[in-house]
Amino acid sequence: MKSVKNHFSLVIALLSILFSMQAYLIAERSIEAYKVNLANNYSVIAVSTKELQHSEILAINSIIAAAKELSPDSVIDRLSSDMKSSNVELLKLIMPKFYKLSLTHYPTPGEVKSLRNDLLKNSSIKKVEDFSHTHDTTYKLLTLFKNVVALFAVVVLVVTVLLIIKELRIWQYKHNERMSIMGLFGAALWLRSAVLFRLAIVDALIASVLAFGVFVYLSSSPFVLEQFNNIGISIVIFDQVDDFMLILGVAMSISIILASLIVLGHKEEA
Amino acid sequence: MDKVIVAKDLSLAYSSSETIINKANFSIDSGSFVFITGASGSGKSTLLKSLYGALKSKSGSLIVGGVELKGVSRSRLNFLRRHIGIVFQDYKLIKEWTIDKNIMLPLLINGYVKSVANNQVDKLLKHVRLNHQSGKFPLELSGGEQQRVAMARALAHNPVLILADEPTGNLDEYSSELIWNLLEGANTQLNTTVIVVTHNIPKTLRVEYKHFHIEYGSIHEVC
Ligand SMILES: Nc1ncnc2c1ncn2[C@@H]1O[C@H](COP(=O)(O)OP(=O)(O)OP(=O)(O)O)[C@@H](O)[C@H]1O
Ligand SMILES: [Mg+2]
Repeated sequence: MKSVKNHFSLVIALLSILFSMQAYLIAERSIEAYKVNLANNYSVIAVSTKELQHSEILAINSIIAAAKELSPDSVIDRLSSDMKSSNVELLKLIMPKFYKLSLTHYPTPGEVKSLRNDLLKNSSIKKVEDFSHTHDTTYKLLTLFKNVVALFAVVVLVVTVLLIIKELRIWQYKHNERMSIMGLFGAALWLRSAVLFRLAIVDALIASVLAFGVFVYLSSSPFVLEQFNNIGISIVIFDQVDDFMLILGVAMSISIILASLIVLGHKEEA
Repeated sequence: MDKVIVAKDLSLAYSSSETIINKANFSIDSGSFVFITGASGSGKSTLLKSLYGALKSKSGSLIVGGVELKGVSRSRLNFLRRHIGIVFQDYKLIKEWTIDKNIMLPLLINGYVKSVANNQVDKLLKHVRLNHQSGKFPLELSGGEQQRVAMARALAHNPVLILADEPTGNLDEYSSELIWNLLEGANTQLNTTVIVVTHNIPKTLRVEYKHFHIEYGSIHEVC
C-alpha cells in the first residue's frame, strides 16, 4: 500500500499530460482528415470567354489540382425548347466556357483570395465564383475548434506542471533525507540518486502502459468510431507503435527531468 | 603508534559570531577506545560532525585516517566515510526502508555481495537482540530499539573507526551492557578505534580507555 502511494502522484500527473497530448493529436488528425473531405467537395468556378487548355489553367496557380469544363448543355436544354436549333448552335458558340477547378488541399482564406486574383489576371477569364462566404465560415469554425483544443491542452499542461512543482518540494524533502544519510556513509552521488531515478523510470513506465491501455480501448470502442463515422472521416486515433513511442518518450523525459531537478536541489545535511 | 585523528589548533563554528570549539589540540591513537564527555550544548556532537567531514573547520587542521579534511574532495571524503561507522544522536535511520535494509546500507555502499550482506545483517540483528523485529520499519520500533538498529548499522561493514554519539542514551542497563560489549568486541577483536560520546562512562569496561572532556570550547584529557 505504501509503495502504491509513492507512485500515485507522479503517475497521475504524467497521465493527465499524456491524455491532453493525445487529445490534441486526435483533434489535429481529425481536422486534417476533415480538411481533405472539404477540399474534395470544395471547388472554384471560373468563367472564360474562350476555351482554355488544361495545362494553361494548371499554370495559373499551383493550388489548382484539376480543371473540368462544365458542359453548357444542361443550361441550354432548359432554353432550347422555345428556340430554334440554329440559334442554339449560335448560342453555344458565343456562350462563355465554365470551368470547375478542384484544389490540392483545403485553402486558407488568403489562398482563396490570391487564387481569385491570379485567375482574373488571365485576360480571357471574366468572372470567378469562389463561394468565399461559405468557405470563410467553415474555415473559421475549423480554426476555432483547433485553437480550443490546443488551449485546453496547454491549460492542462500548465496546471499539471504547477501541481508537479508543488509535489516536487515534498519529494525533494523526502528524498533529501535518504540521500543525506547515504552520503554520511560515503555513497557516491550516482548511488544516492539511483533509487530516485529507478522510481522515476518505473512511474513513467506505469503511466505509459496505463495510457496505452486506455487509448487502445478507446480506439476500438464502437461509440468513438461512430462519432468519427458521423462526420465522415476515418483517422488513426492511436497508433500502437508511433504514438506509444511518443507517449513513452514524453513520460520518460518529464520524470527524468524531475528526478534530475531533485538531485540538483539536493543539499547535504550538516 | 599510528594516529587515526590529529587535530591542530582546531576551531569549529556554525556562524562567525559563535565559536563552539576553540583551538583544540589532540590526537587519537589507532585502535584506542576514547570517551568524550561534556555538558549538554558543549559541542560533543559538533566535534563528531567535524570528524566525519560534515562540518568544515573554521581554522586549524584536522587529519582523519591520514586525510586532511580541510578542502578534501568529495570523492576522497566518500572513500573515508566508507571506513567509518557512525551512530548518530538522532539515529538517522531511513524511514522508508526496513531495519534490515538500514543495517545493510554500509554494506550496499561498500559493494558487498548480496548473500554475504544478508548473513551479516542476520548476525547483527541477533547481536543487538532485534532478530524478532526483522522486516519492520524504523517507526514501528521503540526509541531504544531504533538506537540498537543504528548501532548495528555502524558495525555492519567492520569499519576502522566508530563514532558513537550517546549510543546508550535511550537504553536500560541490560541493553546498554549489550552495546558496550559490542563496542568492546570491535575494539579488541578487530582493533577498531572507538570514539564514544556519553554522559556516563560504564564502570564495567574491561578495555583501557582515554577520556576527553569538553568545556568552554576547549578539549582536555582527563587522567
Ligand atoms: N546545525 C547547527 N547550527 C547552528 N548551531 C548549532 C547546530 N548544531 C548545534 N549547534 C550549536 O552548537 C552548540 C553545541 O551543540 P552540540 O550539538 O555539539 O552539543 P552537544 O555537546 O552534543 O550537546 P548534547 O549533549 O545535548 O547532545 C549548541 O549551542 C548548539 O546550539
Ligand atoms: Mg549531542
